Amino acid sequence: MKFSEQWLKEWVPTTLPTAELCDQLTNAGLEVDGTERVAGDLSGIVVARITAVDAHPNASRLSVCEVDDGIERATVVCGAPNVAPGLLSAFARVGAVLPDGTVIGRSELRGVVSHGMLLSSEELGLEGNADGIVEMDADLECGTDLAVALGFDDTVIDIDLTPNRGDALSIRGLAREVGVLNGMAVNAPPIEPVAATTDAVFGVEVANPSGCPRYLGRVIEGVDISRPTPLWMRERLRRCGLRPIDPAVDVTNYVLLELGQPMHAFDLDQLSGGIVVRSGRAGEWMTLLDGRQIEVDESVLLITDADGPVAIAGVMGGDRSSVGTDTCNVFLECAYFSPPTVARTSRRFDLNTDAAYRYARGVDHELQAEAMERATRLLVDIAGGRPGRVVEASSAEDLPKPREVALRKSRLDLLVGEEIPVGEVEEILTRLELSPTTIGEGDDRVWTTTTPSHRFDIAREEDLVEEVLRIHGYDAVDSRTPIVPLPLGRATVSELLDARIKDLLVDLGYNEAITYSFIDPTIADLLDPGGKPLGVVNPVSSEHAVMRTTLLPGLVTALRNNLSRQARRVRLFETGQCFREEPGGLAQVTLCGGIVVGPREQEGWAFDRDGVDFFDIKGDVERVFALGGLEVGYVKAVDPVLHPGQSAVVVVDGEAAGRFGRLHPEIEAVLELPGGVFVFELEGDAVHARRRRRHGSVSRQPSVRRDLALVVDRDVPASRVESVVRERLTQILAEFTLFDVYGGEGIDSNEKSIAIGLTFQHPSRTLTDTEVTQYVDDALLALKTRLGARLR
Amino acid sequence: MNVDGIERAALAAVDAAMDEQSLDDVRVRYLGRKGELTALLRSLGAMDAAERPAAGASINAAKARLQAAVERRKQALARAQLQRELDEEAVDVTLPGRSRPGGSLHPITMTFRRIERIFEAAGYDVVSGPEIEDEYHNFEALNIPADHPARAMHDTLYLDNGMLLRTHTSPVQVRTMEARPPPIRVICPGRVYRKDNVDASHSPMFHQVEGLVVDEGIAFADLKGAVVDFVRGFFEQDLGVRFRPSYFPFTEPSAEVDVQCVHCLGDGCRACGQSGWTEVLGCGMVHPNVLANVGIDTERYTGFAFGFGVDRFATLFYEIDDMRFLFDNELRFLEQFA
Repeated sequence: MKFSEQWLKEWVPTTLPTAELCDQLTNAGLEVDGTERVAGDLSGIVVARITAVDAHPNASRLSVCEVDDGIERATVVCGAPNVAPGLLSAFARVGAVLPDGTVIGRSELRGVVSHGMLLSSEELGLEGNADGIVEMDADLECGTDLAVALGFDDTVIDIDLTPNRGDALSIRGLAREVGVLNGMAVNAPPIEPVAATTDAVFGVEVANPSGCPRYLGRVIEGVDISRPTPLWMRERLRRCGLRPIDPAVDVTNYVLLELGQPMHAFDLDQLSGGIVVRSGRAGEWMTLLDGRQIEVDESVLLITDADGPVAIAGVMGGDRSSVGTDTCNVFLECAYFSPPTVARTSRRFDLNTDAAYRYARGVDHELQAEAMERATRLLVDIAGGRPGRVVEASSAEDLPKPREVALRKSRLDLLVGEEIPVGEVEEILTRLELSPTTIGEGDDRVWTTTTPSHRFDIAREEDLVEEVLRIHGYDAVDSRTPIVPLPLGRATVSELLDARIKDLLVDLGYNEAITYSFIDPTIADLLDPGGKPLGVVNPVSSEHAVMRTTLLPGLVTALRNNLSRQARRVRLFETGQCFREEPGGLAQVTLCGGIVVGPREQEGWAFDRDGVDFFDIKGDVERVFALGGLEVGYVKAVDPVLHPGQSAVVVVDGEAAGRFGRLHPEIEAVLELPGGVFVFELEGDAVHARRRRRHGSVSRQPSVRRDLALVVDRDVPASRVESVVRERLTQILAEFTLFDVYGGEGIDSNEKSIAIGLTFQHPSRTLTDTEVTQYVDDALLALKTRLGARLR
Repeated sequence: MNVDGIERAALAAVDAAMDEQSLDDVRVRYLGRKGELTALLRSLGAMDAAERPAAGASINAAKARLQAAVERRKQALARAQLQRELDEEAVDVTLPGRSRPGGSLHPITMTFRRIERIFEAAGYDVVSGPEIEDEYHNFEALNIPADHPARAMHDTLYLDNGMLLRTHTSPVQVRTMEARPPPIRVICPGRVYRKDNVDASHSPMFHQVEGLVVDEGIAFADLKGAVVDFVRGFFEQDLGVRFRPSYFPFTEPSAEVDVQCVHCLGDGCRACGQSGWTEVLGCGMVHPNVLANVGIDTERYTGFAFGFGVDRFATLFYEIDDMRFLFDNELRFLEQFA
């Protein structure tokens, strides 16, 4: 919220410089976001009166005015349509400097010399139309410096208020706060009731008193909305960030800013019957002030007349009854609506009006009568008219009640961590209008407070602790180190730290990526066909519309970004949650994925330039699982997004624990990727599992190695050769090495040759040659019977 | 020929031998069975008995000197040979070594690690929870009912199964308190989501660490101590830290914490909008409604909680001037953190 410092200081006479005032507000919880001077620098611009207007001899659109600037009379040529004898305006003398830096000189316009210039609002850097010259308030004296006349020595302060401080959303509320902080009384301008001068009334009935506990209405007949709002009021509205429109809107906005009470002015002649505040009905439609059509239902609180809805209570008026320049009879509304009702409706229709903003945060429910009188006075002063009496419908039982909240000294001291002197606490509570009364002595002392009608946020003891503490000053509390008596935790051998896995991948040359959890549905479907990802109802964009079920889309997107920036060798990994709808409900699983493309090694004198292949990615996967030390198997994968001949599933404990391999060439093509993109994706749980290592026995006996060259069918997986040998030989086999795989010349095309090395070692004695030969024969027999293998 | 003459000639020949073979030839010629010095020794028998001992001693001495000279020469030749071989094997030591360069951790991960190290050293447990949450844990349990204006502070992303993407890691605090009784001392790191458009300082996905301490006698002074120590520990400097009253539905009293700008140390610069301060953290004393919602006795126990954006700490610490770099995953960006 923006406000004028000058206006605030009229209410509370602090002499604090702007910067200190801002610090004070910030430190009290009303955070100042920024400040801005209200106008640019002016010089040589004064208030002046037009004393005579003559037609320009050579130009029909120009006039020749005589202007009295308090010192002398000058002849000025002006093109504005609103020049008139007697009008007070802003006059730039010869030599004056405008806010935009323009220097005014003597100039000749169509044969008449102009000694200075009459200025529009826009030329002064103010809000308003550029069509005519600015019309100054009649009570100003000619020759007054314009910056003084308009109070330009002022700063706009922008504060960012937290939702609990609806009470500070007005000059009155801020003044109250500044008064508390500086121990000063607030000088509210006197507000006197305006006597009725007509009998005219418009009936008011509240059918939903819990949504609208109080509703005040008043008719004002015979207003002239075409009259201009005085410059002083327009200036205040402008400085507080509102655009002046017409006297009716400007006055209600002014009261909103000054007192914090939202009001609404209806064109009485467009209303019929009487006002009924009621809930909407299913299928009911209305057109809002901004032209938008909305459909309402029972949850929306409406202001209606005999012909239907005329406003959404506390949010926005309707188009039908809006005030225009031809309005002559006005119905003023000043109500207290329940905060949740307004908050709900405003959020539902995305209508963040100034009124809704305040109602949702809570308006002082004792303020309506005062605000009505204030608005009546201002409107009648500007636009004339005859006010009727105020009609009120209110429901005492639905209005907020003052709350009694107790504060124990012991609790205050405990929560703060040190003692705040009793006198200071009482002073603070009193200044905050919490009317404390004291019971008990010493540490048993309890203050009972009663909340004033403008504070919605104080409901319990902790709220009072915060009030006392924030006025006392958060920075005044000494820090201390919290001591919490907790036993030591336990080491976890069965769990591998995430950091270890990431560090390994980094050491293997991968760069860690972090990609968005919400992804493009098209890529999601491409990389997880039929994956049914969870949709985001209100995504930030269509490219972030579904939740990822796998890390591949993010990694592929990151890869593409890098390839488009000329990277040739890319190795990325990511760990993160993926989301799958499973029969048992939503599964949120952590996955660890990677993507690799380009040469195996970074280009250099020592390496060839071979591209990565299946066994590079498998090697990395093996390294990851080696950390945990679990037994891991690899079987051929059947995976629609992977190359059918170059992809595998990782099996741990009989369960799939991940997959890896080359992306399916068709997918590579669709994504316009170069060929040879390899990926892996591993289940977080499996990757994090760790086997506890134990010492067995280390044999010191000599070992014997025998190498065998076998021929097997091409389809026999190498892993089968190893498992058959291991099963047969068990412990005596100290090491199994597969050191060559060969196919081609000398080998039938349906077969392949596998060379293996078997190392034998006995735990307690040296093996004889005969024994070793027997073991080899055993292994060969098993290989022959189970796999059809023969020696080459 | 006399002994001296032979010795001189022999020593000269030793010096002249340029390889092991020619040296051996010299040795055979003078010291071999038929060598000149050996022959001289044999000729002693023909000598006068009285001269024989002196002559014998002189020949033997010459023989010994020659043998030593051959040995020295042999070693010298071997050294020279080795030197030649080593010269051949010399490499250009300035060529790069043969290894695969390491990759890099993401700066967010590095920041998480810095944060976790500080808190774990102080005995905080690190706990985590689901990113897709229900309304109860993300809002209601945290004292944010449906129509609360504070919901507007959290532009929530909803999912078509009726759940939502957590807007903070506070639900993990709730889940922790549901699972274990006080005393509690945890931090909850994780990823969170809000409906923000991407720009230099916003992202719809970012990261948070929240902390929670609940025990008897926990006070605002303890909160201040923990937060000030953490911030100074993280930035490795005794920065000024400022606590301002603020509002969060789940804490009362609540505070916003500003830290002296790490770039200008309070003088005012572009990074801090000339204010000299950077807003980094929100905190407060856990609201009694939040404790009561998980069945903790609010008269016996009090607690504090704090939360901050990891991305913010990362950008400040690593001097990253645009948050978009964080999720762009460009190698040229990532490799800076190798």
